[in-house]
Amino acid sequence: MLIDSFDEMNGRPGSAEVRPPYASLRKWLDDTSAETFDARRDQAEHFFRRVGITFAVYGDNESSERLIPFDVIPRVLMKSEWDFLERGLKQRVTALNAFLADIYGPQECLRAGIVPSDLIFQNPQYRLEMKDVAVPHNIYVHIAGVDVVRVGENDFYVLEDNARTPSGVSYMLENREVMMRLFPELFMSHRVAPVENYPDALLATLRSVAPIRQSRDAVVTLLTPGRYNSAYYEHSFLADKLGVELVEASDLFVKDDVVYMRTTQGPTQVDVIYRRIDDDFIDPLAFRPDSVLGVPGLINAYKAGNVTLANAIGTGISDDKAVYTYMPDIVRFFTGQEPLLQNVPTWRCREPDSLSYVLDNLGELVVKEVAGSGGYGMLVGPHATKAEIEDFARKIRHSPEGFIAQPTLSLSTCPTFAASGVAPRHVDLRPFVLSGSDEIRIVPGGLTRVALKEGSLVVNSSQGGGTKDTWVLDGGS
Amino acid sequence: MLARTADSLYWVFRYTERADFVARTLDATVRLASLPQAYLGKGNEWESAVASASDLDLFKTLYATANEDTVRDFLAFNPQNPSSIRNCLQTARENARSVRTALTFEMWEALNGAWLELKSFDTNMNREEFSRFLDWVKRVVLVFDGAAYRSMLRNDAYWFSRLGSAVERADNTARILDVKYHLLLPESEWVGGSLDYFQWTTILREVSAVTAYHWVYRQSVKPWLIADLLILNRQMPRSLANCYEILVRHLDLIAEFYGRRGPSQRLASATLNRLSSERIERIFGNGLHEFVEDFITTNNKLGAAIAEQYLN
Amino acid sequence: MRLQITHETRYTYEQPARSIMQILRLTPRNHDGQHVVRWRIEPGAEGKLTSGSDHFGNIVHVFSADESVQDLAIVAVGEVETSDVAGIVRQAVERVPDGCYLRSTISTEADEAIRAFAEKQRDGAGRTLPTLHNLMEAVHGAIRFDRDPTSTSTTAAEAFALGLGVCQDLSHVFIAAARHLGIPARYVSGYVLPPEGVVMQQAGHAWAEGLVPDLGWVGFDPTHLTCPTPSHVRVAIGLDSSEAAPIRGSRRGGGGETMAVRLTVEPAPGGQYQRQE
Repeated sequence: MLIDSFDEMNGRPGSAEVRPPYASLRKWLDDTSAETFDARRDQAEHFFRRVGITFAVYGDNESSERLIPFDVIPRVLMKSEWDFLERGLKQRVTALNAFLADIYGPQECLRAGIVPSDLIFQNPQYRLEMKDVAVPHNIYVHIAGVDVVRVGENDFYVLEDNARTPSGVSYMLENREVMMRLFPELFMSHRVAPVENYPDALLATLRSVAPIRQSRDAVVTLLTPGRYNSAYYEHSFLADKLGVELVEASDLFVKDDVVYMRTTQGPTQVDVIYRRIDDDFIDPLAFRPDSVLGVPGLINAYKAGNVTLANAIGTGISDDKAVYTYMPDIVRFFTGQEPLLQNVPTWRCREPDSLSYVLDNLGELVVKEVAGSGGYGMLVGPHATKAEIEDFARKIRHSPEGFIAQPTLSLSTCPTFAASGVAPRHVDLRPFVLSGSDEIRIVPGGLTRVALKEGSLVVNSSQGGGTKDTWVLDGGS
Repeated sequence: MLARTADSLYWVFRYTERADFVARTLDATVRLASLPQAYLGKGNEWESAVASASDLDLFKTLYATANEDTVRDFLAFNPQNPSSIRNCLQTARENARSVRTALTFEMWEALNGAWLELKSFDTNMNREEFSRFLDWVKRVVLVFDGAAYRSMLRNDAYWFSRLGSAVERADNTARILDVKYHLLLPESEWVGGSLDYFQWTTILREVSAVTAYHWVYRQSVKPWLIADLLILNRQMPRSLANCYEILVRHLDLIAEFYGRRGPSQRLASATLNRLSSERIERIFGNGLHEFVEDFITTNNKLGAAIAEQYLN
Repeated sequence: MRLQITHETRYTYEQPARSIMQILRLTPRNHDGQHVVRWRIEPGAEGKLTSGSDHFGNIVHVFSADESVQDLAIVAVGEVETSDVAGIVRQAVERVPDGCYLRSTISTEADEAIRAFAEKQRDGAGRTLPTLHNLMEAVHGAIRFDRDPTSTSTTAAEAFALGLGVCQDLSHVFIAAARHLGIPARYVSGYVLPPEGVVMQQAGHAWAEGLVPDLGWVGFDPTHLTCPTPSHVRVAIGLDSSEAAPIRGSRRGGGGETMAVRLTVEPAPGGQYQRQE
């Protein structure tokens, strides 16, 4: 089924009109020969393979290191569009942090009835260990990857607030790098806002949230589950760009509530840990006892205020799919403003009226599992077979509280290379929002993910999605 | 730096060095085996290649006989042999991947590229293809080493990588001597006559020193001079003395940088002092084999001391 | 009743283990019906012992050994005075909102079978207390005490399917079922005075608590089919056994380990019968 959606280049699909930000890109597409594009795409693939940008696909032993397909046609935003997005993102992330500080502190939003308290208390992502723990500088989500989709010229929706350990920023950086290598002339004719300062911004953010102590530069490390993790490339890439040690759990130990790393010169105290390990696995003495990826005693050191974890423990409650549905009210309550970015209208299956509506209209809805991520526990109604719909209906009836449903959004499309030539494909956008004790930093753009299959709305790399370079055109018409 | 990072770097360089050594051993052995039977001694050159470049006991559990096919397979490709070229490159690359940030882009590209290319070789090669394969392995290690030399910061990371290379080299050279010492003993000159000439040059080839020998000694190949070159000559990059000069220098740099000396500095300089005061005649007098065995033990002790002091 | 308790947990490692760190939830607190007369934790190795409390309000000691050890005994020893409060827990430290105790965990998730089982225990008039009593009886009947087939990581669903288990498993099933019925429930680890003639016990005890409107938290011991009596000493609570576990530890090296518990719970000598000579 083809959905009539906004096209980033043409406005309406198939229209001959070309939107201003794409004007000279259109010409470039027309003027460049197919052979040149083929050659450049080969070079891009070669580049990604040589630098080792790969990701692991779970349960896929054969090709445990795979490339995410890269599409050479950039996705373009005008400066004015970006400025609006940036304001909306800052507002949203400010609200997320205030919300977390509140539910782990005074819980005013629960008393005010903004969010039902059972939704918080019964959610395993609400970490009881964190209640009344003072996190350094009162910031919880230092790095957020907010998934935004566009459905019209001026309509941007937030699909998900990834507030745990969002990934993908290395692709944002490497996509730009490869584009600049392959098409230097494009960057002469377009004034594209740079993204290469992201590592600097990240490091400044991390340093700004170190526990307050005297006369020593904060020691920052990046904690990875290890080289078998699907995002390991990104972890090592970022550590390298930040100039900080990439540590595994075995490199760290805790003594007297202080975290140290083992170095060739003996133990060195660690102040800030940019951790890319989930809460559940980060400390076997506090959370899952079977975790071999964690640092025993880390949570005690954290609660003693001797180390900053970025992101904080327990941020998963704020990007929970059930809590998501309350985000507009959360933004209003904590910022006193109307939300700039919209929330996708959502039916909560835990509410009986919504449940019956959802079950009656499965064919038109996107149904998501509240606990799921990565596009696995998901039904895209218009693209599902009858059997798939029936199967999902059974799951929903079985535990309605585990599901939410949303209308099938017509994600915008962007010209993309397909087997048949250049064709529109659906895209989303993940900008990365950095919250420090001093300011909120966002580099212009983010990671554009593209569903490479015709008509597909699932952009996840684990489900065959690709990526594009994302341009914010400075001074564009 | 992280102890684990230093450890991985150290092993990246040990394994690439080992891959190069195994390749040179195979190269020299193929050459030796291609001589007419009349030029060969009694021993099995294939078996002795396994003994010096790997583990003969392990080999015997996997193959019935040692010949060109089985030894080539074992030393170059067999995944069950931890020191096969394939495994050396894989282990080096895995270590490199786990400390990707400690490597320069050029080094990573050299190793990762080699690993990807390795998969494209068909293991079923004729002699010519195999010889090209061995050249490729040597080139990979050259490129990797050159990348390290040209692109790494001169800090502890670099010094630990030099330690890895030097400990491994010393071990490799000592292994050749351990397996082939009997060919260098004085009596074999009379017993074998010119027959042993090809065995001797094989030894030189295994340490890439055929030309170097002539430059240093300016005379025909003599077994005690080969021993002198491999053990005591400081100009020779794979001699035990040269390896220990490198070890002492880099351990000193580390100690100075960290402001603290330890057991590995003491062990390395004691061994270098011993090598500096030795004469080849005295080594033969006291027993070449005993000397080599003793050296291998000492070298292993140094490896353990470095690990204990810095890498755990 | 005055109870005297000595609880030794001994770990033996194949090789010396380094960096041993243990989280100990081995210290009872005061509340109505329970008064701690004296209590001590004695680690059998040099190291640092600090104390604090966790998010449930349990008293937690953290022990970090200084050196490698191959053999480590942790001893908790003390005396507790108890009285009959019909299993109702009042004046205990409560830190977690009641609603959190409706959360299911890996080991207390109610599967289809437990949900169906739970539904059958509902009181006809919808009252909580009788429902929990029904549930306690039903769990006691559904799972036969057997040490062999289950381990510390067995889930409620697995134990229920087996029909066999220890006090931990019975408590998990009770909790899973209660939460399914919308009743906040939690896990309790502690001690119990053994029947006459038994001196040495190989493990501590565990039971459950359910939240009853207007009454508060009430204990249910499905293993012994009773609400806690003065024979019970309540030590730690949690959403499931892993959170109330007496000891959670980590170490580097050491290879395999064996653990042996020696526990005695007995009436304190003289306590009740002191008289002038």
